[in-house]
Amino acid sequence: MSIKKTLFNPLFENNPIALQILGICSALAVTTKMEAVLVMCVAVIFVMALSNFSVSLIRHHIPNSIRIIVEMTIIASLVIVTDQLLKAFVYDVAKSMTVYVSLIITNCIVMGRAEAYAMKNGPFMSLLDGIGNGLGYSIVLIFVGLFRELLGSGKIMGLTILPLTREGGWYEANGMMLLSPSAFFLIGLFIWGLRAWKKNQVEEEN
Amino acid sequence: MLEHYLSLFIKAVFIENLALAFFLGMCTFLAVSKKVETATGLGIAVIVVQTITVPANNLIYNYLLKEGALAWTGASLANEDLSFLGLISYIGVIAAIVQILEMTLDKFFPALYASLGIFLPLITVNCAILGGSLFMVERNYNFPESVVFGFGSGVGWALAIMALAGIREKMKYSDVPDGLRGLGITFITVGLMALGFLAFSGIQL
Repeated sequence: MSIKKTLFNPLFENNPIALQILGICSALAVTTKMEAVLVMCVAVIFVMALSNFSVSLIRHHIPNSIRIIVEMTIIASLVIVTDQLLKAFVYDVAKSMTVYVSLIITNCIVMGRAEAYAMKNGPFMSLLDGIGNGLGYSIVLIFVGLFRELLGSGKIMGLTILPLTREGGWYEANGMMLLSPSAFFLIGLFIWGLRAWKKNQVEEEN
Repeated sequence: MLEHYLSLFIKAVFIENLALAFFLGMCTFLAVSKKVETATGLGIAVIVVQTITVPANNLIYNYLLKEGALAWTGASLANEDLSFLGLISYIGVIAAIVQILEMTLDKFFPALYASLGIFLPLITVNCAILGGSLFMVERNYNFPESVVFGFGSGVGWALAIMALAGIREKMKYSDVPDGLRGLGITFITVGLMALGFLAFSGIQL
């Protein structure tokens, strides 16, 4: 596969969340504020790119029977580094994301791509695959975060877009958007939109 | 005392349901909920693993990793804080326990082992399990509390996946728009279920 395809295919053609059903937990939990969303996306792209790269580098030396433990150890070390970096530089955001930064370890995108791609391809392409899938994940997260923050509190990145009635404006905040179930609806609608555009992703009737 | 544990249990099952309030274990939750039968098998496996790993990680945290936890080894290590090693130890414990459980079941309960099949190893990467351990640390549960919390949160997750599987089985008979079929409508169903579970959140225990 060409470099461009590896990097951009996961955005819409083979989106990790909408098509591969990977890495959904964090997509739902951290999306009330755009700030947290962006931090999460950067963290996931960083971990995925490096874990794919490292797994691919040593792929010929990993015995098949213990490969999951080896992959886990690599991913866990990277996540610990990320966690410590976030706590050092953006403490407030990291605090508000509680356990979800640590949960990147069991974010199945990271594990899934290491298993499915990095174990079979060279380091450079794996790095790109990691970044590409990280971006595909980010697109869904940013979509959900944007709507939740805009409709839920009338703001984007803390800047007021829709002035709220309780602050003298005209927009009545939609409280449901701040509650977690709204993320499910938004992702459901995102998938609907994506599949209306890319007909080949529609699931067969069983 | 009993009351305290009972309310902790109810809280773990309903109010702080791992699947529907914290969205943990979502990937398996969505992927393995097509049939009630398989969902039940997976649910039972999660209950068992969760009941063992949360207390085990509780011991590890309290006697090895927490700041000052190594005091029992002597004065030289009394002030060590190893909590940054938490993640890697918990995931190691989880992987090891799943492996041990697999071997034990295979030897002593072959029927149950056969019925669980592929789900047992899959549990290692189920974030509900790791999430349970992380919440236990964050909320500073003591040992008996961690047993109750582990069991309760496992039951809550199992309950949620069985309910979703039931709904999805019925949904086969409904006419869903093309683009929503499969994953899309499942997301919306889970959203509605989560709204229902929100009703529990007003309960004070």
